[in-house]
Amino acid sequence: MTIRMLRRILYWCSHYLLIGLYVLFALFPLFWLIKVALTPNDLLYSEGIRLWPSRTSLEHFRFVLAHSEFPLFFRNSLIVSSGTAVSVTLISGVGGYGLSRFSFRGKPLLVALMLITQMFPLVMLVAPMFRLFAPLGLTNSLTGLVIVYTAFNAPFATFLMQSFFDAIPKELEEAAMIDGATRFGAFRRIILPLTLPGIAATGGFVFTAAWSELLFALMLNSSSQASTFPVGLLSFVSKFSVDFGQMMAAGVLALIPACLFFLAIQRYLVRGLTAGAVKG
Amino acid sequence: MGAGHDQSETEPEVSAVGRRLATGAEPYFYTAPALLLIIAVMLVPLSVGLSYAFRDIQLLDPFSGGFVGFDHFRELKADRNFRAALLNTLIWTGASVALQFIFGLILALLLNREFPGRRLVQALVFLPWAVPTFLVGLDWAWLFNPVVGPLPGWLFALKITHDTNNLLAAPGTALIGPIVASIWWGIPFFAITNLAALQSIPKDLYEAASIDGASVFKQFRSITLPLLAPTLAITILLRTVWVANFADLIVVMTNGGPADSTQTVASYIFTVAFRRLDFGYASSIAAVLLILLFIYALAILSLRRLIMQRQS
Repeated sequence: MTIRMLRRILYWCSHYLLIGLYVLFALFPLFWLIKVALTPNDLLYSEGIRLWPSRTSLEHFRFVLAHSEFPLFFRNSLIVSSGTAVSVTLISGVGGYGLSRFSFRGKPLLVALMLITQMFPLVMLVAPMFRLFAPLGLTNSLTGLVIVYTAFNAPFATFLMQSFFDAIPKELEEAAMIDGATRFGAFRRIILPLTLPGIAATGGFVFTAAWSELLFALMLNSSSQASTFPVGLLSFVSKFSVDFGQMMAAGVLALIPACLFFLAIQRYLVRGLTAGAVKG
Repeated sequence: MGAGHDQSETEPEVSAVGRRLATGAEPYFYTAPALLLIIAVMLVPLSVGLSYAFRDIQLLDPFSGGFVGFDHFRELKADRNFRAALLNTLIWTGASVALQFIFGLILALLLNREFPGRRLVQALVFLPWAVPTFLVGLDWAWLFNPVVGPLPGWLFALKITHDTNNLLAAPGTALIGPIVASIWWGIPFFAITNLAALQSIPKDLYEAASIDGASVFKQFRSITLPLLAPTLAITILLRTVWVANFADLIVVMTNGGPADSTQTVASYIFTVAFRRLDFGYASSIAAVLLILLFIYALAILSLRRLIMQRQS
């Protein structure tokens, strides 16, 4: 009995120790980001490796908010990321439902096409895409970016949504259809509410992905009017002198929406995926 | 709903045909938006991009654009940088995915038990995933810098390194930096997917096993692993392909350097396309990478089928 208790205590001690190490590893780089953003310029290098500077200031944050184009980039990123999240959720919602409930001619081909889109380096799309988008007025435009990101994220999101729908018994909408509802009506009123956690997970996943995309934002939108946040951050680097404090301050500000969004949906992420995994 | 009903009473035959047509077309209504979007925005540019592999496309040269056949591929065969990049891709992808997976699985096992504060811990350890990858690269480059980051000093104090130099600046060790950053960023992905898979395993299986006296380790080996395997195969497959194609961290942290020592195929494509502005050659490299990843995917999928056949 005592040996069992001792083993239990030992187990939970190591459990918490490991958990503690994980938390430390996850948070330390974020802590460092904040620390650099709060360090005044004259101490940036002289106290570079101290865990906390002897003096902190909000000057970098003030500068970024008042004197840079950062608020504009922030707004652009917010528009692009939410636009992408909404359109991907809509498209992958109906698409995932279609894949889950029907078997139809061309389905294997559709799945194969979607898998292929996950296989190649997206870099090779930049030049052709620029040529196709420019005449349509979709370069230097936030709409263009939303379209591109929606296409990039739609395949994976569709597979994800399919697994959520797979977990919901077919009998549910069949019963509603016998009662006279159309399939789409049954889908909208009965199935969709049940997959809300999955939809939230997909939306959050896509939002964070769109929030951090750099390459296409950089290549398709050259005017700063239509720049998103990662591109703006890059402009801190490529200027004549790199102001790391301001850059890190901008970085910390950029983290806020992505982290808030993520914290809000991370519970659904596990729950939603569990529902999907039940049927494998 | 009501209208359809009325119609079927007035014109029974037409509506029967119409309804059968509608039912036959129904799946396509649901999948068409995704399909059209993928074709227009990804597959059309992809085929155009693949055609560039056989053409001479220099961005700043208005006279380029001619058809060159397999010239790029012949050049590629002799390209030393490309061969080095292939090896680096193997190291980068293998190390990143394996370590992300192992640490993610351990974290998922830890989080799969109820304990006070679990929800808070879960929220905190999953946080790195929300950080934009570009910022991840900057942050870790900063951490590895001996002047402004603590890591070189710590590694030296722990006697892991012999000096406090920046490991990103030495050709032999530079690739470690982006790999560590990618592990930090990628652990949550595998923790989330593994946790979801773990929670879908029925609890009574474990209860039965512990009544039979099976140890925790044996339970893990004979219940958890086999049941996780099919889901894991797909997750690892998608992740490997994704990491192999992922150049952000390397481009931001080392830019492929020092002296091209950390160039992976993906970052090499980026360098050729945007520094040398040679899109033709870049496309031919991308085509080779696409083929290699395709072969890898087929291998994993047939392995998965084999495992599932043996289980059933």
